[in-house]
Amino acid sequence: MGEFVIKMPDVGEGVAEAELVEWHVKPGDPVREDMVLAAVMTDKATVEIPSPVTGTVLWLGAEVGDTVAVKAPLVRIEIAGEGETAAPAVDNKLAAKAEEQPAVKVEAPAPVAKPTQPVKVEAKAPIANGHATGERLEKALASPAVRLRAKESGVDLRQVAGTGPAGRITHDDLDQFIARGAQPAPAPAGLQRKTAVDEIKVTGLRRRIAEKMSLSTSRIPHITYVEEVDMTALEDLRTTMNRDRKPDQPKLTILPYLMRALVRTIADQPAVNAIFDDGPGIIHRHHAVHIGIATQTPAGLTVPVVRHAEARGIWDCATELNRLAEAARTGTATRDELTGSTITISSLGALGGIVTTPVINHPEVAIVGVNKLAIRPVWDGTQFVPRKIMNLSSSFDHRVIDGWDAAVFVQRLKTLLETPALIFVEA
Amino acid sequence: MKEISCKLLVIGAGPGGYIAAIRAGQLGIDTVIVEKAKAGGTCLNVGCIPSKALIHAAEEFHKLRAAASGRNPLGLSLANPSIDLAHTVAWKDGIVGRLNGGVTGLLKKAGVKAVIGAARFVDGKTVDVETEIGLQRIRAEAIVIATGSAPVELPDLPFGGPIISSTEALSLKSVPKSLAVIGGGYIGLELGTAFAKLGSHVTIVEALTRILPQYDADLTKPIGKRLGELGIEVFTQTVAKSYSAETGSLHAEHNGRAIDVAAEKVLVTVGRKPVTEGFGLEEIDLDRTGRFIRIDDQCRTSMRGIYAIGDVTGEPMLAHRAMAQGEMVAEIVAGHKRSWDKRCIPAVCFTDPEIVTSGLSPDEARASGIEIKIGQFPFQANGRAMTTLAEDGFVRIVARADNHLVLGIQAVGHGVSELSASFSLAIEMGARLEDIAGTIHAHPTQSEAFQESALKALGHALHI
Repeated sequence: MGEFVIKMPDVGEGVAEAELVEWHVKPGDPVREDMVLAAVMTDKATVEIPSPVTGTVLWLGAEVGDTVAVKAPLVRIEIAGEGETAAPAVDNKLAAKAEEQPAVKVEAPAPVAKPTQPVKVEAKAPIANGHATGERLEKALASPAVRLRAKESGVDLRQVAGTGPAGRITHDDLDQFIARGAQPAPAPAGLQRKTAVDEIKVTGLRRRIAEKMSLSTSRIPHITYVEEVDMTALEDLRTTMNRDRKPDQPKLTILPYLMRALVRTIADQPAVNAIFDDGPGIIHRHHAVHIGIATQTPAGLTVPVVRHAEARGIWDCATELNRLAEAARTGTATRDELTGSTITISSLGALGGIVTTPVINHPEVAIVGVNKLAIRPVWDGTQFVPRKIMNLSSSFDHRVIDGWDAAVFVQRLKTLLETPALIFVEA
Repeated sequence: MKEISCKLLVIGAGPGGYIAAIRAGQLGIDTVIVEKAKAGGTCLNVGCIPSKALIHAAEEFHKLRAAASGRNPLGLSLANPSIDLAHTVAWKDGIVGRLNGGVTGLLKKAGVKAVIGAARFVDGKTVDVETEIGLQRIRAEAIVIATGSAPVELPDLPFGGPIISSTEALSLKSVPKSLAVIGGGYIGLELGTAFAKLGSHVTIVEALTRILPQYDADLTKPIGKRLGELGIEVFTQTVAKSYSAETGSLHAEHNGRAIDVAAEKVLVTVGRKPVTEGFGLEEIDLDRTGRFIRIDDQCRTSMRGIYAIGDVTGEPMLAHRAMAQGEMVAEIVAGHKRSWDKRCIPAVCFTDPEIVTSGLSPDEARASGIEIKIGQFPFQANGRAMTTLAEDGFVRIVARADNHLVLGIQAVGHGVSELSASFSLAIEMGARLEDIAGTIHAHPTQSEAFQESALKALGHALHI
């Protein structure tokens, strides 16, 4: 038997190190060729590392959260045969060899060119080997001094009309081109067509969100169930509790009540608080309730996690919620604080709308979406009365949660929220 | 272990590396250069400079011998000359030493810190150097790989003893009676010619159908003729097999027929390979283009902050290409906007006579689908060439048929290496045939042939 060492590959952006964010294997696990071993994240992208060989995992070189230098040993795998210690092939097999490049702004060319053809400002330049015959001829005809000035001025000489012999671009041609470009464009009269297209490379958090959303919606058949909840009683209670709170206690929003109600409901409906590992087909039904709170940050959506909500009182929930929201918004949340949820709450607050179709935070099986609270007239049997009404839009993984169970779960939640005293009654 | 940090680290102090470091120093960049041997690299120590010294000495000696032989058209005569090769080599070493010192001084003047020792990549930002005083760790924001190239060895004829590379050929203590040169490229022909002029019986063994295969037949014809005059035997389509030390002969196979070539020394010049091993390059695993490190038009490799220049990045393996790349990279690191925009990289072959090429050959231009005009002017019709016994060869100009833009210029002849400057300038400046034809070229000089070649392409050469 031989041993094969997989080193941290160059993830393709020239970075010297990357953060290990996930292990898909542990020592003793059998692995097949191309099976994903781990995921690493650079500041730009998450990359999966596949196994180039078939064998058994002997040793893992890092723990989740560790920063690993490129080319540091990552995994040792026992394989049949001689084995080797270098794995140059790994790089080529990277599932997502990151190809980030600075966003190229494509815009309509300056006045010289035809206005309807977008022209890439960055020229496709030949490699510096200097014998790419075809490329050489595409170059604009200009002396080295003119070329240098153009480069420094950010001018693509191919857009400059040359007045010299054979169309050679002179210093005067370049001066005129630059002078024209510096003039403000003539004030547009009336409505103008715009032909520019901005290319924005999907990188970083946005890319991770995109991948996660694709994963959730492609893997999970969602069932979404919307129910109306009369929040009048809870709002009265909330107003009272906020008025009488101690100085060190945070102001309560609806969320801490919802979190506590979730904990109570999950006690009766444990199926919704689970992780579904659909590869081997195992549902990990968690006794702990780690509630992810979908949070908008300047960079995009993140989901900080209030851990062990089942062991937190309402004030504790509120305090932890505030702390995590702040950490997520300022980008100081740690990896632990951003992973490990077993169920998620999504709330858009004042922008909550009437109904949402929340996307389940894979590999969880349920998400509860909070819609906007509004005073609505409700027929109480004899008259219309103003009530504070709020919808809950909740999605479930229909593979493992039946519609009936989903409905029972939401109805139970509704009961608790409409009669908030029940949230606080000893179980 | 000592540890230092810098903005720019250059690995290799050859022409590419030392230029990058000097230019970076001029631009105020905190720069360190690492060299395991001597400043100047292959070019200065065992390449361009020493070979040209030897070629010059050989040429001078050969002229004396020609005079002594009595077959001298100039009416010179003298008694039998002799050469003390050890003395010649010492003179050459003196030049190399002066230039070594010069480069070291220039680096110092530019404020570059030089570290002598073998570098080794630890990761993409860190390099360890084994210096005489122990391991030195250098952390750099940007790294330039300028490790150059090394002679290719033949598996059946490993270097050592009588089997030598160009490096050893430049430091022989005596002139070998017989020398077999394997490889009819420019290095083999330059050195083979020099040793023939020094008195060796030289045989060239080339596997392909002709010598200098990268040049067209018109350009190499005067070389072939001269090789014959110097008594150099050329075997094309011949593969060297083995060397027998007892008989002092090289066994080769010519068109399936075994031949033996008497050879006190065997000079193997079958090409050069990029130096990509021995300095931990595998630790950072850069993308390659064949054997070479892949670079883009800013000499950036596949890893951010790591640049590569010179022979390690590909053909043409020429010092002046490396220098231009080095200068560009230093300016890029300093934050200037630069990219490779050269139209031509001239190449000079210091054979007898010399060959210069710049830009496109007629075949290359045609292959690009361009309709061309060609003007060729022989040195036979150039007065200056006649007065220096340098009538072999010609200047040839290649231009677009439609607008007369000059695409390439080639020349073969004595001393044409110095014409390379005006050839390349014409191409870089975007000259047309009329520009060259309309420039007064001093009389009597060989450069008139350049002007005449342009006139010829325009259909009105004056001296032919």
